[in-house]
This record gives sequence, C-alpha cells and structure tokens, in this order.
Amino acid sequence: MISTTSNRVLELQQVGKVYRNGTIALQDANLAIAPGEFVSLVGASGCGKSTILRLIAGLGQPSTGNIHWDRPEQAQDLAFVFQDAALMPWATVLDNVRLPLTLNKTKPNQARATAQDVINLVGLAGFESAYPRELSGGMRMRVSIARSLVTTPQVLLMDEPFGALDEMTRSKLNSDLLHLWQQKRWTVVFVTHNIYEAVYLSQRVVVMAPRPGRIHAEIPIDAPYPRDEDFRTSPEYINHCRAVAAQLHTAMQDAESL
Amino acid sequence: MPTSQKTAPRPTPTPAPRLMQTSDPTAWQRLRSPEVLAPIVVGICILVAWELFVRITGLPPYLLPGPLLVLKTLGEEWNTLLPSLLITLQITICAFLAAVVSGLFIAVLFSQSKWIERSFFPYAVILQTTPIAAIAPLIIMWMRNNTFGALVVCAWIVAFFPIVSNTTLGLNSVDHNLANLFKLYNASRWQTLWYLRLPSALPYFLGGLKISGGLSLIGAVVAEFVAGTGGAKAGLAYQILMSSYNLQIPRMFAALLLITLSGVGIFVLLTILSNTLLKHWHESAIKLEN
Repeated sequence: MISTTSNRVLELQQVGKVYRNGTIALQDANLAIAPGEFVSLVGASGCGKSTILRLIAGLGQPSTGNIHWDRPEQAQDLAFVFQDAALMPWATVLDNVRLPLTLNKTKPNQARATAQDVINLVGLAGFESAYPRELSGGMRMRVSIARSLVTTPQVLLMDEPFGALDEMTRSKLNSDLLHLWQQKRWTVVFVTHNIYEAVYLSQRVVVMAPRPGRIHAEIPIDAPYPRDEDFRTSPEYINHCRAVAAQLHTAMQDAESL
Repeated sequence: MPTSQKTAPRPTPTPAPRLMQTSDPTAWQRLRSPEVLAPIVVGICILVAWELFVRITGLPPYLLPGPLLVLKTLGEEWNTLLPSLLITLQITICAFLAAVVSGLFIAVLFSQSKWIERSFFPYAVILQTTPIAAIAPLIIMWMRNNTFGALVVCAWIVAFFPIVSNTTLGLNSVDHNLANLFKLYNASRWQTLWYLRLPSALPYFLGGLKISGGLSLIGAVVAEFVAGTGGAKAGLAYQILMSSYNLQIPRMFAALLLITLSGVGIFVLLTILSNTLLKHWHESAIKLEN
C-alpha cells in the first residue's frame, strides 16, 4: 500500500549499473519509495545495495534505466551518511557538523545555531569542541548523522552507517534513529547487511541478490511504531526476521546456481 | 562555544583513546626522556673517542683537530664567524620562504588541473636533478650585480622541489568519502580546495618543509662555495674556503660546526611547528597513553 505508484518521492525504473571493468553491479532494479517511508536494503556484499544508494545520491549515473524524482528539486534535498563516519579529522565536532552550511554559505551565526540544535538532537551536547580522534566509533557516527541532518533534508540515504559498531552501540543508535525519524518523518533508504537491524527499523525490507546485483524480494514489516525494546523480543519481530532470512537464503542459492 | 556550555563541566569521551593533553610532560621531563638522552650519550662517547684518538696518535691539528680545539677556535674566531653565519642564515631563510610560497603555489596549480601537472611536473623534476654546483656559476654570472640574490636563487632551486612534490601528493590524497560528501553538497572548486584539499595536504606539506629547510641551508652553502671568495658579504662557505687555503683546519671545523648546528636548529624548529599544527588530529603528532 505504501509503494503505490501515485505516491512516491522517487522511483528506480529498470536501473542498471555496469562498471568500466565489466562488473555488473546492478541489473534491472525497480523500486518506488514513498514520502516518509523507511526502507532498508539488505543483502550480501556485491549485491548492489550501496550502488543503488550512490545512484540515488547522484554519485554516478545509471548505465541503463533511469531514476525518476517526483519533484526534481528533491534530488538536491538529500543527505548521505557513509559507512565510516567520513569526518574531517582536523575539524572539531561543531565544524564538522556545520560543514554543509559553510558550503552553502549560510551566515555563520545562523549556521552555528542550527549546528548546535542538531548536535543537541543527536545527544552530543558538550562535545562541540572535541576532535573526531577523541571520540568513540558510536559518537563519530552521531556526528556524521548530525552533519547529515543540519540541512534539514527530506531524503536520508544511509550506507551501512552502523556496520562497524559493536552490538550495544548499534542497538542504541538504532532506537535513537527511529525516535528521530518518528519526529521528523524523513524518507530513509537504509543499507545494511544486518537482518535484525533492517526489520527493527523499516516499514519495508528489500532483499537483494548478488552476481549480478538485483532486487530479489520486498517484505513489508507491518508492525506499528513506536517500536520499543520489547518489540525486539516479540514473536512478530522474530517471524519477520525469519521471513527476511528465508528470502536472503534463496537469493544466495539463486546466485550460486548461476 | 556558547557561554552556557562553559559552566557545565565537559563530559569525558569515555570509550575513546584518551590523549595525554592534560598530563603533558614538562620540558625538564622531556629532556630526560630516552629520545633525548640516548643520542646525547652516543654523541659524548664519539667526541671522547675522537679527542683520545687525536691525543694518543699525536695527529697534527692541520690533519684532524680534536673537538676541544675546535670549540676553543670557535670561541676565538667568534667575531669573524658570527657575521658570516648571519649572512648564510639570511640566504637560507630567504630561499626557504621563497621555496615555501612558490612550492605551495605550484602544488595548488598542479592539483587544479591534471593537464598543468602533466605538462610541468617533468620540468620541476629536471630543475631538481640538475646539479646546483653546475648551474650556480651561470646564475651568479647572470645576476652579477646582485650576488645575494643569485645565492638565494641557487638555494631556492634546491629547496622548492620537496615542497612541490609532497604538497601535490597531499592535495591528491583526499579521503574518498569526504570528496563524495563535498560533491553531494555542490562545493565549489575553491571550497573543496580550502576546506578539504589544503587541510588534507597539511601533514604532507609539513613533511616537505622539514626536508626543504635542510636543503635551503645546503643550497646556500654550495652556492657560496661556487661563488668563491669574491663579494663584500661573505658567508660561512667563504670562511671554510679561506681557512682551508690558510691551512687553519680547526677554524674550518668551527665553521662546519656552525653550519651543522644551524641545520639541526632548522629541523627542530620545523618539527615543533609541525607538531603544534597537527597535535589535535594527525597520527604523527598524537601521543597515546598506551
């Protein structure tokens, strides 16, 4: 019901990507994403999930097919969170967070105030003048997320943002992210290889298959929000995880039989 | 930082590697650290061995003066050597500053266009590999009304290449994800240069400075040697030449000692500069507790 054609922010139509060395990173991907939707892409490495994200972000052009934005100006109104936090090591937390505003020439006072707001929002108040080197992995990721939110984007693209973190930090950041999403209602496309994370966060999980990268299945997760810690142990949650795991399994078998 | 933040104590980033910023060792402690003590002990041993060797074998001072004699000569000749030292240092510093400014400028130019880099980089290499002793006479002849300027040009030719080559490498070694980030936010060429490429290149640039500082001094001394004994203003190389003509070998060693000490001084100053600029973020300048 969410991914009906009339109500979408963007739609991938038969999108494929072939790299110069001949690798088919992505083949015939069709995917529509609704406004305010939280979609996860899961799959093994080499299944093209990061490729989809980069194409949506405009970091590279599709080799075939096209990406249709409902309102083209929204293509500019997005933010990207990289797998490693991608912070400038020479700059403080505050300077890292306000970088997008510095680049679009926002007045310094206003940029500082906006940056301070998002720093508070992600729970980093008090660390404004710390350098990335002094922060833990989880905190660096929070800085990265704060930086992505500082331009108040409508679409948030996250490329395995919590992949390098320990389980405790990951689940804390998961629930914090979900909490923020419920307040702000961005459209989120979230890439991960972690089934549990995908099911916990998303309204819809897209399972991808490798070699060549392609979309294998879409599984709606129709559990209501807010999803608290109890949800993580509920039978409903386990069933959804099981369904995603089963699809991933067949996706891998397909790939092996090719 | 807003004033409200100052009243509250800053929370400590607990799981992070803690830095030794609060417990910085004092100057005295640093002097007693193994990094300082070990080379000093080695140096003293060599000097003692040298002095003993000279005394036991009874070598005449015009073949090899002992370290004590060199020190004594340095004291006696201080009035003639100091002005020469200052002249050599002037040439060195002018050449070094010219190398920094021109090297940085050329590197930025290279980083802005692959075509400029491809077209001109080989000539920078040629300038670097041409022996300075071979072209110094030409430069001195062309600039015969301005010997000081000619010597600066010679030293500059020797010193500018490490800065160009290191800084160019640094400007091109930008983190891939950060480059993508700047692209996503439609950063202009100048913004990318100023906020991303130049800071990324800073550790490389500073590494180039350390090499180039020593080379400026060597370039200045070599050019002075080639310029010979002429000219009203004469640097340390002139003093070395004169001393060797007059067989004042201890005086020659004293001048040599001054050149060496200047080189070490330049290196130490540039190392301090490098550590100060990089202390918050670069691995080379961060001290870990473990």
